[in-house]
Amino acid sequence: MADGERIPARFQVGERVAVLELNKAGHVRTPHYIRGRAGEIIEFVGYFLNPEDLSVGITSGPVYPLYRVRFLLKDLWPDYARNPGDELCIEVYDHWLASPASESMNSTRAE
Amino acid sequence: MAHTEHAHDHGHEPLVIEDDAGNLEGLHLIEAVQAVLARKGLISAGEIMLEIQAIEAPGRHLGARIVARAWSDPAYKQRLLENGKNGAAELGIKVGEAQLEVVENAPGVHNLVVCTLCSCYPRSILGQPPSWYISKAYRARAVREPARVLEEFGVDLPEGTVIRVHDSNADLRYLVLPERPKGTEGMSEEALAELVTRDSMIGVARLGTEAASSSQTAREPN
Repeated sequence: MADGERIPARFQVGERVAVLELNKAGHVRTPHYIRGRAGEIIEFVGYFLNPEDLSVGITSGPVYPLYRVRFLLKDLWPDYARNPGDELCIEVYDHWLASPASESMNSTRAE
Repeated sequence: MAHTEHAHDHGHEPLVIEDDAGNLEGLHLIEAVQAVLARKGLISAGEIMLEIQAIEAPGRHLGARIVARAWSDPAYKQRLLENGKNGAAELGIKVGEAQLEVVENAPGVHNLVVCTLCSCYPRSILGQPPSWYISKAYRARAVREPARVLEEFGVDLPEGTVIRVHDSNADLRYLVLPERPKGTEGMSEEALAELVTRDSMIGVARLGTEAASSSQTAREPN
């Protein structure tokens, strides 16, 4: 792909999304505790180089859409007992997300 | 040494290195590389000191100026919440590491910042992170039991307050805009900035309480 090409943003603010389990090794910025969980897009942040590539010295190439996604803490931790409205907001790149209904959340496909 | 041999012969995991301050292996490595570079004449002790000074120059006061302006100027606050980096730039403050997301505390909403994966922190406006911020305990617990973590910092949230935890995991850095303390009407921006503690901008303190001001003095002399 040409340098700086934008990977199209597939999701919109307000949309429900699920975090995939991509089983990638290396400098991955999607922590395990949100994988397989459903949340809501609250902000489109912009396009960024993929940190998974950057960490191994690939400093050019396509840029990926990055979103802020909100989860309820009670959806992340089954025994979460405090305010049911407590939230976790975190940044997730487009390729780690799927629509909750349309794709298997246990997808193990490689990118 | 007998101790080193002892360390790995039971079933338990080796002692966890909690943070950079305890990472002796890393420190030895850095010292060795520095010594080699200095011996070859590639760097000097003076250059290293200048670099350390440059890294340590930013501090809480920059974040505090941003907060004080936001309290004093509603239009500025709006711009800051829309784009933190541009908001900081308006005050001549350069956010070097990434985009800046300013998250606002309000009655009923308390924001808390953590980086669960490493130690992402808005260093260019708050300085270097405190050691507890990079400890594994804080990183694990802030997203798991934030209210208990806040209690341990002396923050007792009013009943019904929603906690919003921000995991600073990728390309943004976060600054908490604390609530303006009561009784500060009419104070100058400079005087307001003096009230803004580092911990309140991470979200582990609230302003205008005895606990917040005394813990700041105890933990961070500047």
